[in-house]
Amino acid sequence: MATDHLDILESHAIFIIREVVAECERPVLLFSGGKDSAVLLHLATKAFAPNKIPFPVMHVDTGHNFQEVIDYRDERVDTLGLQLVVASVQEAIDKGRVPDPGPLGMRNRLQTTALLDAINAHKFDAAFGGARRDEDKARAKERVLSFRDRFGQWDPRAQRPELWQLYQGKVNPGEHLRAFPLSDWTELDVWNYIRRENVPLPTIYFAHMRPVIKRDDMWLSVGDFVHPQHGEVIERHMVRFRTVGDASCTGAVRSSADTLDAIIKEIETSNVSERGATRADDRFSETAMEDRKREGYF
Amino acid sequence: MATDLLRFATIGSVDDGKSTLVGRLLVDTRQLFDDQLAAVEAASQKRGVGDLDLSFVTDGLRAEREQGITIDVAYRYAATPERKFVIADCPGHVQYTANMATGASNADVALVVLDATAGLKEQTRRHLCIAGLLGVRHLIVAANKMDLVDWDEATFRAVEKDVNDVAHRLGFDTPIIVPVSALHGDNVVEPSYLNTWYDGPTVLAALNSAPAGAWASSHDGARLPIQWVLRQPGGGRTYAGMINGSTLSVGQKVRLLPAGVDTTIVGIRGPRGSMDSAEPGLSVDVDIAEDTSAGRGDVLASEPFPTVTNEISATVCWFADAPLSAGQRLRLKHTSHSTPAFVDAVTSVVDVDQLSLTDAEQLVRNEIGHVTITTADPLSVDDYRSNRVGGSFVLIDEKSNATVAAGMIGHVTFA
Repeated sequence: MATDHLDILESHAIFIIREVVAECERPVLLFSGGKDSAVLLHLATKAFAPNKIPFPVMHVDTGHNFQEVIDYRDERVDTLGLQLVVASVQEAIDKGRVPDPGPLGMRNRLQTTALLDAINAHKFDAAFGGARRDEDKARAKERVLSFRDRFGQWDPRAQRPELWQLYQGKVNPGEHLRAFPLSDWTELDVWNYIRRENVPLPTIYFAHMRPVIKRDDMWLSVGDFVHPQHGEVIERHMVRFRTVGDASCTGAVRSSADTLDAIIKEIETSNVSERGATRADDRFSETAMEDRKREGYF
Repeated sequence: MATDLLRFATIGSVDDGKSTLVGRLLVDTRQLFDDQLAAVEAASQKRGVGDLDLSFVTDGLRAEREQGITIDVAYRYAATPERKFVIADCPGHVQYTANMATGASNADVALVVLDATAGLKEQTRRHLCIAGLLGVRHLIVAANKMDLVDWDEATFRAVEKDVNDVAHRLGFDTPIIVPVSALHGDNVVEPSYLNTWYDGPTVLAALNSAPAGAWASSHDGARLPIQWVLRQPGGGRTYAGMINGSTLSVGQKVRLLPAGVDTTIVGIRGPRGSMDSAEPGLSVDVDIAEDTSAGRGDVLASEPFPTVTNEISATVCWFADAPLSAGQRLRLKHTSHSTPAFVDAVTSVVDVDQLSLTDAEQLVRNEIGHVTITTADPLSVDDYRSNRVGGSFVLIDEKSNATVAAGMIGHVTFA
């Protein structure tokens, strides 16, 4: 069996996962139910087989979910025998930790508070995330092991040097690390790996008929969290999701790709980046992601 | 080791055009999505730097765009029909040398960008020196801004001579030196039609044919630093880690170090199942014949074995604000092993301009020098020049946990 670049990326990610688990006291894996966290979970399974994954998974729940994703999350947790921690944005709103953006308001940014509160409450000192450097220009700058101070903040001007594969994960009490084993993977690498490994995914990644409206040049799924406003018209289209996020601000793409082969073909010829196609939250400003990350976002 | 993935780092002085060259490479090989290109155009116009400032493709931080410099490494990804690239676009400013070293430490190739009209600057020499110490052997040199001197051949030949001289003294392979204009795209992806005297490869052609996978192997001995112990259902244990050095095979005689127990590999399992042998760079877990108490920090090694020692003599690049001097206590991380360490002596510092060593008793921030270190635990070390994994370590401040130095076992010499 010849090794190709997917084998190298896979082995590197497994190495990082093992290293963080060995160096940190209480790691957790951030599991959104999206494709990147699905791959991350698959790699964590491989890193410790035949033993169970030696840490819990955390879902930062905005309360605006696609039911298919929640079903998928629960199925994975059951099948793999995982401990699930849910950090709830709704709870943070109810407790007055964050302002209530209203029933239809965007909740992505509020996830930061729920995430940091849960990290503190559970004394997690490392949180694995599925973020990739090709997603965004701020992520492109981030270390594989990314230090967070007591306030959960990322300081892009003072990152720890990270040489060779000497990932060092020591933090003082109250501080934590974010660990990104998929840093060097591209969107296409993730899909090719999902196909090679048969990684299970939520059904919304595959083309299906869905009622949608067009808002800010994106197709939003009509449902509990998105209602037509000011003359917006409900249409029915074959769509799929290229990313999975808060249901109120994650756009679908028109697509007939209902198999992994078809999805990979589609991505290979796409002219638009995955966040550009599907995330309203990155459209506010030139440095939306950097600004959120500085506050402690994923 | 797969050769269809090349990791390269751009190095060189600030303002010589590294980020612009990477931007040019990505744009001209059509790696950018329409929305990403539109965002770069919008940001360029907002800051009044023309229609399209190519450096904004990688300079993504707010402060970088405001100041027009690269602060930290940007990682970008590109694919050509020949291979995939992981690009580390490193900062050029001396203040961010640690970030440059971060980007260069895993590189197969250094893409050196220099301003051909300004010659070889001290900062470019410093970067070349660090890249050389880090074990990068292969250089592709973009002699940039040739448009500013109307593609004057004499300007290029002068730079070419200086680069070849420095590369030789630092032990690099003979570099490929390409006259380019990153701004206009000449000889980056497309050959230039403006010059008639250069008939070598473009930067992209040189990258497509450069040797890959250098960092993981180059040594005769196989190494498996143990990261984690897995308990098998039958009651036995297997040892997990990533292989370096050379291929590890079932049936191979190995020694568990530092204990010194001889044993045999009886099983290897990789990410895709059982294997008879596994290459450097693969994460595996292995079963060995002897029942040992091996654990994290130990290494399974084949001949020639690493040296087991508490005293190491090394070349370090120092990153902290306060100087490094004898008597300091730090934590040292080598492969999967962390141990307290004392700096016994700082003996010399590298003069990056002269490429020579001078006696010294301390290293200030961003200086490179020779030190001797005593560790609390014995380490199983290789010379860095024969094995990058077994020969490298970092020093960590015990209070802040900051990484304050990159260390390479063995001493640097200059030709």
